[in-house]
Order: sequence, then C-alpha cells, then structure tokens
Amino acid sequence: MSELFYDAAPNATRVAPAREPERHYPEKPEAVTLFGTCVVDLFFPEAGLDAIRLLEREGIRVDFPQEQSCCGQPAWTSGYRDEAKAVALAQLDVLDRAGLPVVVPSGSCAGMFRHHYRALFADEPDTLRRVEALAERTFELTEFLLKVCKVELVDNGAPKKIALHTSCSARREMNTHLHARELLTQLDRVERVDHDHESECCGFGGTFSVRMPEVSGAMVKDKTRSLVDSGAVEMVTADGGCLMNINGSLEKQQEAFRGRHLASFLWERVNGASEGEVA
Amino acid sequence: MSQRIPVTELSSSFRGRVEEALADGQLRSNFRTAMDSLMHKRASAFPDADEREGLRELGNRIKAGALSRLPDLLERLEQKLTENGVKVHWAETLEEANTLVHGIIEARNGRQVVKGKSMVSEEMEMNDYLAERGIECLESDMGEYIVQLDGEKPSHIIMPAIHKNARQVSTLFHDKLGEPETEDVNQLIQVGRRTLRQKFMEADVGVSGVNFAIAETGTLLLVENEGNGRMSTTVPPVHIAVTGIEKVVANLRDVVPLVSLLTRSALGQPITTYVNLISGPRKPDELDGPEEVHLVLLDNGRSGAFADAQMRQTLNCIRCGACMNHCPVYTRVGGHTYGEVYPGPIGKIITPHMAGLDKVPDHPSASSLCGACGDVCPVKIPIPELLQRLRQENVKNPGQPQQVKGGGAKFSRTERWLWRGWQMLNTRPALYRSFLWAATRFRALAPKKAGPWTENHSAPVPARRSLHDLAAQHLDHNGGRPS
Amino acid sequence: MSARANILGKLRNSLAGTTPRPDEFDERLVTEPWRYAPQDRIARLRSLMEAVHTEVHPCSSDNWPELVAGLLARRNLTNLLCAPGKEHGRALQTHFDATGQPVRLLAYDQPVEAWKEELFWNVDASLTGTLGAIAATGTLVLWPDRQEPRLMSLVPPVHIALLKASEIHDNLYDMMVAQDWAAGLPTNVLLVSGPSKTADIEQVLAYGAHGPRELIVLILEDV
Repeated sequence: MSELFYDAAPNATRVAPAREPERHYPEKPEAVTLFGTCVVDLFFPEAGLDAIRLLEREGIRVDFPQEQSCCGQPAWTSGYRDEAKAVALAQLDVLDRAGLPVVVPSGSCAGMFRHHYRALFADEPDTLRRVEALAERTFELTEFLLKVCKVELVDNGAPKKIALHTSCSARREMNTHLHARELLTQLDRVERVDHDHESECCGFGGTFSVRMPEVSGAMVKDKTRSLVDSGAVEMVTADGGCLMNINGSLEKQQEAFRGRHLASFLWERVNGASEGEVA
Repeated sequence: MSQRIPVTELSSSFRGRVEEALADGQLRSNFRTAMDSLMHKRASAFPDADEREGLRELGNRIKAGALSRLPDLLERLEQKLTENGVKVHWAETLEEANTLVHGIIEARNGRQVVKGKSMVSEEMEMNDYLAERGIECLESDMGEYIVQLDGEKPSHIIMPAIHKNARQVSTLFHDKLGEPETEDVNQLIQVGRRTLRQKFMEADVGVSGVNFAIAETGTLLLVENEGNGRMSTTVPPVHIAVTGIEKVVANLRDVVPLVSLLTRSALGQPITTYVNLISGPRKPDELDGPEEVHLVLLDNGRSGAFADAQMRQTLNCIRCGACMNHCPVYTRVGGHTYGEVYPGPIGKIITPHMAGLDKVPDHPSASSLCGACGDVCPVKIPIPELLQRLRQENVKNPGQPQQVKGGGAKFSRTERWLWRGWQMLNTRPALYRSFLWAATRFRALAPKKAGPWTENHSAPVPARRSLHDLAAQHLDHNGGRPS
Repeated sequence: MSARANILGKLRNSLAGTTPRPDEFDERLVTEPWRYAPQDRIARLRSLMEAVHTEVHPCSSDNWPELVAGLLARRNLTNLLCAPGKEHGRALQTHFDATGQPVRLLAYDQPVEAWKEELFWNVDASLTGTLGAIAATGTLVLWPDRQEPRLMSLVPPVHIALLKASEIHDNLYDMMVAQDWAAGLPTNVLLVSGPSKTADIEQVLAYGAHGPRELIVLILEDV
C-alpha cells in the first residue's frame, strides 16, 4: 500500500513503501485462533476442520470463536468501503478478544488482515494500532505450518502427481506459493508438476467473476485446461475462492479432474482420509 | 477461426467489445503469443531481483520527487527550454492543444506533417484534426504506420500493431500500396522504409512525443529503435513535441535509471537503438536540425489526478506498457476493447481523469485485482490500489462532492442496500449463524442458475454442515485440547 | 486566465501545505551493478553490440583507414561521407589519396536543404567520430557538431563509427558525471546502440527500419 512519507500533510506526494524485509516468525505458540473464512465455512468446511487437525497435530490448541464471519473483502473490492469497514471492525473485535495469533486457511483473507485493513482504518489512529497488531499476528496456514510450527510431515499416502495453484493475493501478498511448495516437498510420495502459465490468475477475483463473467470465464477455462494438461491427477490450492472457481468450472465442463484444499490434502497424506464432511 | 473484426465495426459498449474480442480466435492467439514473449523478455532483462527492485524504488522516488514540486519544475523546464530557443506552449484541453499545433503549422503554411510516436497525439486525435483542415499527418513508426494505413487505432502503447500478424500486414500493403504479397517481415519493413523516406524529406513539420523532459538542462529526451523519431525531429524545418505535464524530471541524471527501467520493462532491451536528447533548434553555425522547436504541455485531466495524493501516483507512469503485457485481462481482449487511447491497467486508471469515469464506468471492475501489473510497474504505481479507489468513486452518490471526474456513475441504491444487508449479516453473529444453518440445511434448494456465476460454473451447493458447526463439535469433543 | 496560469494554479492548490520531497538519488544503483574491470570493458561493449547486429572491428591508428577501404570495397560502395576538417577525416583522405582508392569522399559542408536529395538517395555510407561509448549497454555517444551534423549518423544506410578504446566508460552515469554533461548539452546528443530495427510485426526483428541498416564500429586500441 502506498505510504505517506515524512510529510504528514494528507495531500503530500506518496512513495511506494520500501520492500518488506523477510518476515520474522515467532516461536510456536500454545494456542491460535482459526479464522475460517466465509467460503471455507460454507463450501469447504472439511478443509477448515483439517486445518484445525493439522494445527492440533503440532500440539496447538485451536480457538474458533463462533462470532466470526467474513473478512470484508467482497465489499472492499466492490468499492463499498463503509460496509467493508463495519464488517472488518466486527472481526477485529472478535479476534482481539483472545488476542491469539490468527491462522487463516486462505491467502486472500490473510492478505486483508495483513495489508488492506490498514487502508480501511488509515484515518482512525486508535483502531489502526489494533489493526497493526492484528497484522503482526496473522499467518496464512501454509506459512504458519512451515515457518512457525516448522512442521515435519510424514507421507502415508500412495504415490501421486499433483499440481499446485496459488491465489494471486496469496502469491503476491503472502508468498504462499513458496510455502506450499516447500510443504509438498516434505511428502516424499507426492510429485508436484508445473502447469502452463502457473502464476496467471484463475479469473476469480471475487466479484470480478460475476461482474465480468465473459473474461473471468475465459481465464478459468484456460486455467482448467492447463491443469488438466499438466499430467497431474488433481490440483491443490490453499485458497477457497480459487478452489470454488476452478472446481465449479471443471464441473460445468464435465471434466473428471478436481481440486482440493491443501489443508485436506495434507491431512489425508499424513493421516489417511479426512474424517470431515465431504460436500 | 473467426475473421479479424475491423476496429471500426467493434461494438460500442465495453461489454460488447469484450465478448467480440473473446470470440476472435486470431486476436487471442496473436495477443497470447505476443504477451508471453514480452513477459519473457522483461524477465530476462532483470535477472537480478535486488538490482531490479532497487531500481524500481529509485524510479518511484524520482517520479514522486518530481511530482512533489511539479509546478516549480514545469516553470524551470519552461525557463531553460526558452533559454535554449525552444518555444513552450500550454494547453488545458485537447482542443487547445490541437489549436496550438495547427497554429504553428499554419504559420509556416505547412501541408505535410510526419509523426514520430506520440500517445499524447493519439489523445488529441491530432491526425484527424489536421486532416479535417487539409493537413496530411503521416505516422512514421512502423507499427503506427501500419495501423494508420488500416484506419485503426493502436492496440498497445509500445507495439501498436501487435494485434496483427505478418499475413495481415502483407494483405494490407498489397491492398493499400499495391505491393506484392509476402510474409517475409524484412521485406515488409523495407516497404515501410522506402515509402516513409520520401515523406521525411518532404514534410514541412515533424511531430513527436517526449519520453522525459529534463528541467535542469532544458532538454527533451526521446527513445526509439527505428530512427523515425530522429528523422521526424531533425529533417523537417519545424519540430513540434507534445507531451503531458507529468513528463518532466528535475535532473539530467534522473534519466539514467528511468531510461533503463523503461527500455527493460517495455521490450527487455538494455537500451533502445537510439536515445535522442534535444536541447534546442538549429544553431546559426549548424547545418541540420529544425529551425523551430516547440513543446506543447498538455493537461487534459492530469491536474485532476494530481489533486488527490493517492491518485497522483497515476502520473508516475513512464509509458512502458509492462502492465498490459502482464495483464491476464488485456491478454485476452486486446487493446481495442478498452475503446480508449490508453488500454490495459494504466488505461483503466488514467482514462477516468482524462475522459471522466462516467465515460468508462466498467473500467475499474475489468480486473480481478491479481496484482501482476503493480508487481512489474517500473515506477511502482500501486495499480490495484488505484483500481479499488476508482471502484469506490464509481459507486458514490453523484450528489456528493466527487474526487474524480465523472464519479458516481455506477451509484445504485439497490446495490448499496444489498451490501448493507451483507454488512448486517456479517456483523450479527447470531444472524450469520442462522444463515449458515439455513444454507446448509436447505442446500437441496440451492438454485441451479445463479446469474452470471453459473455461466461459467456448476451451481454452487453449500456443504452439509458449516465449519462453525463442525468446529464447535470438534473442539467441544476434544474439551478444547489438542488431540 | 491563460492555460499556463490555470494549470500551474491547479497544481499549486493541490500541493498547498506540503513540502517537496528530498532529492533521493542513490547513485550506487546506477553504477555498482555496471562497473567492469578495464580489461573486460571492450569485451562487454562488443558482446552487446554484436548481439544487435553491429559489426565490430578492433584496429589501430595505423590500419583503420585501410580497414575502412576494405569494408567499403566489400560492399561495393562508391562514396563515403566524412568530415575533412576532423583529424580522422584528414587521416582517411591522406590514406585514400596515397592508395588511390576509388571511393569518393564527400563532405557534409552545406546546410541540408542545399543537398537533401543527394544525401537521402545517393550517399552510400558515412564515417563519424564519437565522444566515447558505454560498456554497460553497448552504446556509442555522439555529440554532433558543425563538422559532423546530426543526419550524418542517421541517413546513409551504412554508418561507420570510430571509437577510441580509452573513451569507453563503464556506464552512462559515470560518463555524464566525468564529463559534467549537466553543465551544458549541445543541440543534440545521440546515444546509438546498433543499426536501426523494429519488431512491430509479430515481434520479429527486422533491421534497417528508418536509420542505418548497418552500424560498423572501429575500436581504436589506444589503451
């Protein structure tokens, strides 16, 4: 996000923020709050449950406050700032109750907490302080497992070739693609293959997929084509929005290929099939 | 394979043009290949991430520094240019700019103008303006020449004819110039060279853009690969340069990183074939060069963008085209779809200030906010952030004071009411949980057609139980302790 | 109110209450990655130039005129535009006279208006000096003057440039500072990095768009 520099005047010319230094990760905490995200909540709840299980496997107590709902992104990206702000404040209140590190099984929602909440509350110094503190203790799931838990995964599954899709915000705001890749390399019977134009957007973009369905459709078609052609038997992704977009398209095209949330994939490899609900 | 649709026949609505472009297999194939190649070239030109990011930061700071003192800098530029013998003119609107240019040409009874590449002259629609007044204005950049010959507008700011393949150019040269058909690109280029050489010699006036206007020395800097820019600014007796007010930099040394960023970001080149620094007209003891050099400084809405500190960053742009090269939307629809002078991500954030947001109300939403553009912008314009901002401006009540020209065009009470509802749902935990319960329990009733979503996806069906539900059970079951 | 006053007024309004940003120019960013050991400078320059189809010939102050004669003969070129008032022009004239070269040496010694047709259609090649070169980008620096006007390095289809090895700088910034360009620039400064080219058709590179089709650089090894 662009910054005011030394000059406090609101109309002062802005510079881009300096490059973020490498994130410094804390020691593994005793407990975390899981922020499920609305997409996972309603469409991939087993992934959320598998995320909880993966965290518990690391000896961490997971807190899931029932008052949580949505990070506010849909309104924010649609230009409805006030509405986004109200919802963001509600989540901030919920997450500040326990004040625990927050783990999010979705890169775009983690990005909201880490980066965009600052924009929402830029003109409210007190809330901004709380937002900064939340940003400091927000982790995307793969990042948390790899860098904080220093997880050691054991592969108990059959050999499999998979493709990895990373959401744009996860990639750009959270470096999730690197963390996910590293986690997957820990599974010695899983071979990750590249897919064509891997870093290109899948076309979801939240409300973009319904406001510009023609272009979004063209993008997801190209993405599904490249996934199917990659030689992988399934796709994994750490973002619920992309997953909904890609699977929905695959199903519409009557392709057999499917994607799964990375949390569910990891849990299955580590522990046998997921005990959670299958949608 | 569908026929190439001539630009004059494109639908008049943005969405209509999007659909046509997506259906045009030739266009999609041309653009995909071209954009992949340009992305690869840029990546190859920036092999060292630290060097690249350090330079981008420097570029950003140089532009921010210049913008933070823009009026003083423009005055200094004018002063130094004037000392050097260059005549400086100011134009608030496109009409004023065209009138100025026309006036300069008329004063010399000019009838033939040859043009190096200038996007600002496209903003002005200069060619049409002059043609209506009996003055021929011929494009000399190969790509621009090609699109002009075909009655089209450029589809990319750096590679104007990128939407055409060799076969299409061959047919064009055959039809318009009577040249034999050939798909040999070298031969096609020689046709252009021959035809334009005569024009360089005969032209009364040469028009160009400006890549950087240097205040310290009163210098206009132009980059190019072909040589037509040097021709247009050296051979005719009059040279008119047109540029936006944001193109001024403070010091000569500033162009070192900026030119490097520009050429490497645009085409993956360490430098262009020619970098041309012009500091005045022909001196008394010199044997060539124009007798008169003019600079027209154009506003056309830039001062509007400037007024807001966040949107002011739009003016960092050095017109490299990297943003559109990396844009998944641009790659699929091409430049003409945007229907405006500047396409792609930069087009979406600058056009509202020039033409008014109400003229291009779909532009801010024509993005998935993937962020590829912001990642590659050599001067670190936060393009996704600015698109977000424009979305906010778009849905404002038009009755309220507007911060961008033509704001509020997408204001909708219904939509605001829907988002209020969404807000209520997401700020009342009991309500949200009831919603989850209903959605999961009545999932069988989920509609098969869910508007635009089901155009591209199967109908979304909620899970049997929400995560709220599963988590409550799991954590309760485990007594809140890890298993 | 004039357009000028309106524009400046709007801009000043927008900046009311602000102070300009400090001048942040870290010169290391444009120099450190672009410095070469003296023995590598020529190689770097040459490699970048040849990558864009420039023909490069190392030579000495003794043999370069003969080299030029050979280059012209191989291409069956009949004339060469060259400045008789420059040292290299005199050297060439002397050599050509002494060896009875058939190539006619022409001088650009009248305003372009007086001989435009001939310059554009009948001049086969030109030879100019250079102010120096830049190894980082494979670039020649030309400061056209009365003797070697601007069009000399643009119009004839073949351009031969004489470069002294001792005048090759590492990067543009170092050169600008060493020669204090900011103190005053001539009417026209040219950075030339290869023969004219374009990739406007399908991104296929084609040489000889509007400028010279061929650029030949003679590097006088005087270090």
